[in-house]
Amino acid sequence: MTMIFGVPLAVFMGQLTLGLVNGAFYALLSLGLAVIFGLLKIVNFAHGAQYMLGAFAALLGFRYLGINYWLALILVPLVVGGFGMLMERFLLRRIAHLDHLYGLLLTFGLALIFEGTLVNFFGVSGARYATPEVLQGGLNLGFMFLPTYRAWVLVAALAMCLFTWFMIERTRLGAYLRAGTENSELMQAFGVNVPLLITLTYGFGVALAAFAGVLAAPLYPVSPTMGSSLLIVVFAVVVIGGMGSIMGAILTGLGMGVIEGLTKVYYPEASNTVIFLVMILVLMLRPAGLFGKEA
Amino acid sequence: MADSQAIKAPSAVQERQKRADMRRNLFYIALIAIGLVAPFVAYPVFLMKILCFALFACAFNLLLGYAGLLSFGHAAFLATGGYVTGYLLASYPGLTPELGIIGGTLLATVLGGLFGVLAIRRQGIYFAMVTLALAQLVYFMFVQAPFTGGEDGLHGVPRGELFGFISLRSNLAMYYFVFAVFLFGFALIQRTVHSPFGQVLKAIRENEPRAISLGYNVDAYKLLAFVLSAALAGLAGSTKTVVFQLASLTDAHWHMSGEVILMTLLGGVGTLLGPLMGAGIVVSLQHVLAQSPLGNWVNVILGIIFVVCVLSFRSGIVGELTKMYRKNFK
Amino acid sequence: MTFIKKTLTASIAVAAATTMAMSTAHAEISDGEVRIGYLADMSGTYRDLAGPGGQRALEMAVADFGGSVNGAPIVVFSADDRNSADVGANTVREWIDQRNVDMVAGLVASSVTIAVTRVLEENNGLGIVSGSAASSITNEHCTPNHIHWVYDTYPLANGTAQAVVEQGGDSWFLLTADYAFGHALEGDVRRVVEESGGEVVGGVRHPFPTSDFSSYILQAQGSGAKIVGLANAGADTVNAITTASQFGLVQSGQQLAGLLIFLNDVHALGLDATQGLLLTTGWYWDMDEEAREWSERYYEEMGRMPTMVQAGIYSSTMHYLKAVEAAGTDDPEVVRAQMAEMPVEDFFARNGSIREDGRMVHDMYLAQVKSPEESTGEWDLYEILSTIPADQAYRPLSESQCKLVQN
Repeated sequence: MTMIFGVPLAVFMGQLTLGLVNGAFYALLSLGLAVIFGLLKIVNFAHGAQYMLGAFAALLGFRYLGINYWLALILVPLVVGGFGMLMERFLLRRIAHLDHLYGLLLTFGLALIFEGTLVNFFGVSGARYATPEVLQGGLNLGFMFLPTYRAWVLVAALAMCLFTWFMIERTRLGAYLRAGTENSELMQAFGVNVPLLITLTYGFGVALAAFAGVLAAPLYPVSPTMGSSLLIVVFAVVVIGGMGSIMGAILTGLGMGVIEGLTKVYYPEASNTVIFLVMILVLMLRPAGLFGKEA
Repeated sequence: MADSQAIKAPSAVQERQKRADMRRNLFYIALIAIGLVAPFVAYPVFLMKILCFALFACAFNLLLGYAGLLSFGHAAFLATGGYVTGYLLASYPGLTPELGIIGGTLLATVLGGLFGVLAIRRQGIYFAMVTLALAQLVYFMFVQAPFTGGEDGLHGVPRGELFGFISLRSNLAMYYFVFAVFLFGFALIQRTVHSPFGQVLKAIRENEPRAISLGYNVDAYKLLAFVLSAALAGLAGSTKTVVFQLASLTDAHWHMSGEVILMTLLGGVGTLLGPLMGAGIVVSLQHVLAQSPLGNWVNVILGIIFVVCVLSFRSGIVGELTKMYRKNFK
Repeated sequence: MTFIKKTLTASIAVAAATTMAMSTAHAEISDGEVRIGYLADMSGTYRDLAGPGGQRALEMAVADFGGSVNGAPIVVFSADDRNSADVGANTVREWIDQRNVDMVAGLVASSVTIAVTRVLEENNGLGIVSGSAASSITNEHCTPNHIHWVYDTYPLANGTAQAVVEQGGDSWFLLTADYAFGHALEGDVRRVVEESGGEVVGGVRHPFPTSDFSSYILQAQGSGAKIVGLANAGADTVNAITTASQFGLVQSGQQLAGLLIFLNDVHALGLDATQGLLLTTGWYWDMDEEAREWSERYYEEMGRMPTMVQAGIYSSTMHYLKAVEAAGTDDPEVVRAQMAEMPVEDFFARNGSIREDGRMVHDMYLAQVKSPEESTGEWDLYEILSTIPADQAYRPLSESQCKLVQN
């Protein structure tokens, strides 16, 4: 049997694949943060809560309205994204002219409200969301048994990432957005409705989080606290990659997933700290982040 | 004419300054008097908790209010102070409490230095994220480290005898010690803020590029402020451990970092008394809510206060009061 | 801070009319009231295990007892400890100092429990611990001022491990939460497995908490062990079980053994994911007629079936009140002695008695989670396989490190 650093090749490949699946979540979430940051210049602390809301919306939609997984995958991001747009329009916009730290604090408060409210209604044990029938079972990849659903998550998340990249880098709307990031006053002067653009952007970022939430629902118990600890890891991923580029966010997310996955084999005790350690390393060697532009 | 005016003007200013100083001194004396009488009116342990958190919030405010740096990882210093002091006092019975507290504070200071060196490499929002991530790293280390007892926490820390001869066993003696520690921390912050160092910090907060161009080593100033803030947060944590005779993971959790922000924001960022007031309110509120039918809603209510503060109450209670005072009496 | 005292009237359940049936014993009940404080996590991780449901159970006990003891009304206070040791210790200190609370019930997170029992010892109070798992509570952390009621990790680990090995599950892979609690649990299991003739062939220590267990499950699958033991708790256990079901661990011939898993966890996970899981429990709502009868009353109030912790809170409160009645006083020391004197035998505890270290030992049960086909309802979750007798279930006093036990 071929060995890689004392681990059989099959196991190594298996862990690599699982790492990629987790990385796909990091990528989706840090992408959402990057999109929002680009135009609004705030760190969306409610991102974890919005991811959680996505999972909950899927769960409740199924339970009370009979909405199936596939429909939820489309509807939930729209609904939660719409909810995000309301948040932007009626709350975030009121403090847009202030120091951007206030945006962080406001979204932090909102996250506490969302989480606390759901804890009161649904407890913290977490509920199960059934894997859609088509995606049950597993694939035998030769080196491992990969549950079909995880394979699907990887494919779906990557497709969504590429779609986002395409939208922003290759379409007219994306061009507005990028221009708005550079100089929003000038855009306004050119007749672009910048406030609307901001609302749509925030809504889109939130929708990405909700999309990740729906993807996660069949994997993890759906509980009100599922987003908060994940968010801190995603923050570290964002610090490592820098929020300057879309592709950077995607690649860093995937990369960190893989690094974390391999740590689980070689030194599992450190698997929840390894991303933070990488962050420290990056801060020492390349303070602006791997893909960062700011000084 | 011109001469006499030139002589008269400064004296008028001095006069006003003197009166302002006197008013401020009277105000502080009144506050100290209240602090001295308080334990006879209210429950001392509860007051000690408020004072510890007030010191913690003041330390945090030094950074946010005067240097403009938002740290989302201050729980790490509170917890480090607490765990180290707890460990020292519990495992070396001969050690007096003040030495334990100094030990805890020192380690928090060192950690503050490490955090600071890394975090000031990034600015604004990144600074907040870096500190949050580093604090989470520290949290995980405390969970795994054998001496912290994991989820069980570190228990049985003796209060012992201050300087070897003043027993802190009684709540009243303990209270006056905590009060003294708080006054020390508060005075230190007050001195720092009004010192030339504090003025430079404010200049950096207002306009960093300008401060750089004036030749200040901005990073060194920021780092020093960070370390000082971490040290005082560690002092608060160490003292708290001696009061409660335990240290637990709650203090290291990111919720704690959020709470201290809330205390400062609610009381008034950048005001000296704001954090004290904010800590008092938040701790009392948690205490009252915990024993009321609304107990399950603590986090939601804290979240709502957060949102309200940010949207329409950004100067905090003390800030708003000062504004009102200025408008009506000047 | 008088405003706090005033506004803290809180959820006071003064039940039944104070009929002023002045008995002779009345004079010996402090303040003329029996005051019980319920301290538990009402909003965090352990909310579903004890939480508001435990408070309801306690209030049911008070009401069933008649609302007063020898004419002295029973008053219940409650507080959320938010899983924070200093909040919990502070609350209890204040309860004792300012309101003369006679007994503290609930007590879930082990950090809170240990902190509270120290306060109780200093102030000569009395606590009945129902929610905590740590066996250290009546071992190195024992005090003369508390009793540990429902269960602890010792029978949970021992009972499950021994039964599993006896059924042929003799090779184990252990998934351990990497902190003090997990290490202790792992040590217990390892010892029992080896003593029973089994073997631990591998294991992995995962950080606490962990949300993604796929890597570890993959490692467990690769180990070839027959049994995958979960030496973790709460959300970690739930996550591990979910992931194992996704990876077809059970289908591929391995079996899971949960060491610390509760009814609310199994209910949340669903039978698809948990079927076949072996576990030890201190009580199950459907285990016999008496248990069922009480549980159905509880269900009508709460809309959920009770966990063993919630049932234990009722049972222990009842036992406490009976002891107060029999002793004619609420003095902690006397009541504690009286409680130990009376055997514990009710819908919850069988062959129960309170040992000198404060451990209430009673029969424990080995259970297996039903398959979806076997289950007839939302809460029909366990099948009781066998009984572990009270005198064998818990850590023997001969191994005790408790200062109250002479060895």
